Amino acid sequence: MASGILQSSAADLASLIASGDLSSVEVTQAHLDQIAAVDGDVHAFLAVDTDRALAAAARVDAKRASGETLSPLAGVPIAVKDLFCYEGLPTTAGSHILEGWVPPYNSTVVNRLLANDLVILGKTNLDEFAMGSSTETSYWGPTHNPWDLTRIPGGSGGGSSASLAAFEAPLAVGTDTGGSIRQPASVTGTVGVKPTYGGTSRYGVIAMASSLDQPGPCARSVLDAALLHQVMGGYDPMDSTSIHAPLPDVVGAARSGDVAGMRIGVVKELGGEGYAPGVEQRFGEAVELLTSLGAEVVEVSCPHFVHALATYYLIMPAEVSSNLARYDAMRYGLRVGDDGERSTEEVMNLTRGAGFGEEVKRRIILGTYALSSGYYDAYYGSAQKVRTLISRDFQAAFEQCDVLVSPSTPTTAFRLGERVDDPLAMYKADLCTIPSNLAGNASGSFPCGLAPEDGLPVGFQVMAPPMADDRVYRVGAALERALESRWGGPMLAQAPRLANSLVVSA
Amino acid sequence: MTDNWGDVLMDYDEVMDRFDPVIGLEVHVELNTASKMWCACSTEFGAPPNSQTCPVCLGLPGSLPVVNGLAVESAIRIGLALNCQVAEWCRFARKNYFYPDMPKDYQVSQYDEPICFDGHVDIEVEGEVFRVEIERVHMEEDAGKLLHVGGSTGRIHGADYSLLDYNRAGVPLMEVVTKPIRGTGAKAPQVGRAYMQFLRDTVRALGVSHARMEQGNLRCDANISLMPKGTDELGTRTETKNVNSLKSVEGALRFEMSRQGEILASGGRIKQETRMWHETGGYTTPGRSKEQAEDYRYFPEPDLVPIAPSREWVEELRATLPEPPAQRLKRLQTAWGFSDRELGDVRAIGALDLVDATVAAGCAPAAARKWWTGELSRRANEASVELEDVGVSPIQVASLQQLVDRGIVNDKLARQVIDGVIAGEGTPDEVVASRRLAVVSDDTALLLAIDAAIEADPGAAAKVRDGKVAAAGALIGAVMRQMKGTADAAKVRQLLLERLA
Repeated sequence: MASGILQSSAADLASLIASGDLSSVEVTQAHLDQIAAVDGDVHAFLAVDTDRALAAAARVDAKRASGETLSPLAGVPIAVKDLFCYEGLPTTAGSHILEGWVPPYNSTVVNRLLANDLVILGKTNLDEFAMGSSTETSYWGPTHNPWDLTRIPGGSGGGSSASLAAFEAPLAVGTDTGGSIRQPASVTGTVGVKPTYGGTSRYGVIAMASSLDQPGPCARSVLDAALLHQVMGGYDPMDSTSIHAPLPDVVGAARSGDVAGMRIGVVKELGGEGYAPGVEQRFGEAVELLTSLGAEVVEVSCPHFVHALATYYLIMPAEVSSNLARYDAMRYGLRVGDDGERSTEEVMNLTRGAGFGEEVKRRIILGTYALSSGYYDAYYGSAQKVRTLISRDFQAAFEQCDVLVSPSTPTTAFRLGERVDDPLAMYKADLCTIPSNLAGNASGSFPCGLAPEDGLPVGFQVMAPPMADDRVYRVGAALERALESRWGGPMLAQAPRLANSLVVSA
Repeated sequence: MTDNWGDVLMDYDEVMDRFDPVIGLEVHVELNTASKMWCACSTEFGAPPNSQTCPVCLGLPGSLPVVNGLAVESAIRIGLALNCQVAEWCRFARKNYFYPDMPKDYQVSQYDEPICFDGHVDIEVEGEVFRVEIERVHMEEDAGKLLHVGGSTGRIHGADYSLLDYNRAGVPLMEVVTKPIRGTGAKAPQVGRAYMQFLRDTVRALGVSHARMEQGNLRCDANISLMPKGTDELGTRTETKNVNSLKSVEGALRFEMSRQGEILASGGRIKQETRMWHETGGYTTPGRSKEQAEDYRYFPEPDLVPIAPSREWVEELRATLPEPPAQRLKRLQTAWGFSDRELGDVRAIGALDLVDATVAAGCAPAAARKWWTGELSRRANEASVELEDVGVSPIQVASLQQLVDRGIVNDKLARQVIDGVIAGEGTPDEVVASRRLAVVSDDTALLLAIDAAIEADPGAAAKVRDGKVAAAGALIGAVMRQMKGTADAAKVRQLLLERLA
């Protein structure tokens, strides 16, 4: 039974639990067993919450037994990126500076998962404070891509995406500041959606860059992602930037998958030089497939997208430099050098020196500089203007098209260590994803095949206007349906089997 | 002449002969909203350390602010009372610097987009009116409180350890900043004081702050520089902090003028710095040097959305502004018939509202003034409490005066009544009864009970007055019940009939 459970979709698990064909305890235990079996190699998890998970599962089973109506994903296990505060479990943000910190409160997203009876398995690995595209900046060591353990699982949310690809969890939550949900989804052959900015609550999510961060769903299927989106999203009075409007019907769109008559724009600037041939090939085929399903495809130009990376690397570090100031050893987390002799400032300095990794320090320094008196207008001020221009590019493009599409990331998963000493090469992994964060629109990544040259997953990005998240799911679902019928099953069925995995091939 | 710190001071008249002062006041007004600026935590003063905190005001990772709507409304009302423009659109900004009392290591404030700006108020000192221009009113959050333990200075350097209380962290603050005030001459310190008093009276009248300076509800930073006479070149200024009473505003400005005057006259140069005011010694000492401007790296707060007060709302708020303090003073002075000196005495001890309430409770204005500026003021001083916390309410003062007017107690006994009221023994009537304080005789208690019975049953009293003596039975019964049977019924009957004759 265990193998069937691990490969099942969240939607199927939920209905089997609701019908009593499976218990949530069985389902949860199967995933805990798989984590025990494979996570030594994958390292997707930073903390596994066995006891609470099983207790929560048992409560769901009891509810079902007593005839209570269950919420749509009740009893389904889920992995949570270690950036979401969850009472009683350490929340580290992948950083030494938060080692041992246990939050005294829950993030809104965690509260909604719990209120909907999802079973939280544990916390997943990420780049330190979500800064990176490979999970290699995590203080706790990198996560490995289940498709090839020598390769990166993407980042920052590599732990969440790898946990899905390794069948350790059927669902996961992530956050996306410049592509941290979509790029990992792309390189692990999973689904990841960055909702419209303000569509999901940031309350209780450790901030990287406040105006860009957005929590979102990670899953192995489009419908599963939509179901999770529905549970975690919507207005939250605790987040001032939360949108006070009903969520678009993402579940309906994921079930429909009808793209006939939709106008799809291929962004000219997101392709060409620097894009791997296999990525461009699979992307092109997917576009053709959508055409064959009745969509109308046009090429559009978003001329300011070429400045997106530079813009992002001014705005994001500026916010980082301020958001990360609070890690000063005074109230929680690491404290270094407090010998009763040293001054407060010296302890702050020593702690921040020892507690932050290289990439975090690089961004704090960049951001501090960009906000400095005399440089503000040239750097932060100009970046905000270009940000507006990028939003206008989107607006103009969305006048012609219902959605825009591109590869999710220019290459397939690169090797661990390959770019870790070359920040610029690392940053380029987010070339395609960053514009949506700058403009705040909805965007998702969906599997579209394996690159012929290396046999690794390629992701297809769908971008929709703010509060039109449903269009992302509609296109993703169309693609998934057509490709899976061509492949004869999900793309992940083509992934190599991990040693010790409890998944049994059908 | 030197002060306690060793600064040589110039004689004030000589300063005036040689220099023109330019002053500027930055006043932080702590609002009296029930909850904090960004969270639902209570703002109540004096709670156990760190008992009024939550993830938001502790700045825990992941927490986010949500603006307190009442604080925004209060800011706009303050701005309107100071004749300011109200921004159609403004944002919060982060002011970045590290300090242990700041949970986030940035303060959420406003930078180049304050909620209110370009106002003015007219301040009167000894019959002369000075216009004080208001630069801006902006919203921000207060920091926590540091308590440095050990060491000699009570400051962070040299302390053995420091304790932090974040109860105050996130309490809404409004900063009211004047433009440089010129042309006040020798009256500069008085203008500073009068402006501060005006601001205190205004926020109190608006009901937006407790406005208790000794609790830090109003905190003033006083900027001052001297221009040599005949020039119009601004001198280097100092910013004096810890100026937390009206007296201190005047004292600190005066002190700094004499200190700066002596330095400039002897060819020295004023250091641009903050200075600390020491209220007990009446002098300032150097604080932080400001010669190298700190870079706070302000940028718009991305966790909050812009504030765009609609014009309709602003006009609604304008329409409900209380009477301006100056206008109210004029009205009350006329109504009460006080001399300037008498009114000044009342204002000096912050008793204007108390006298007003006492008069409203039926007391003659002169008597109300006498109680508050005399006996009650003395007792507040002795107990080191604010006058309004002295333990006697305006209504009680009014009923005490009634007892005096009716000849039941004299002034000396009235002070004993006050003792009783402060001791919590009840209303003045109750204290007179229970302590058996009466000028004349044992009849007093009976008379009080008779009066109460008459008041409680005016129908019966009217009948007796009309000659229907039989109706007195009900009243006599009531008196006997009140006296718990200790009274002589014949005596009660006699006194009652006299009262209703």
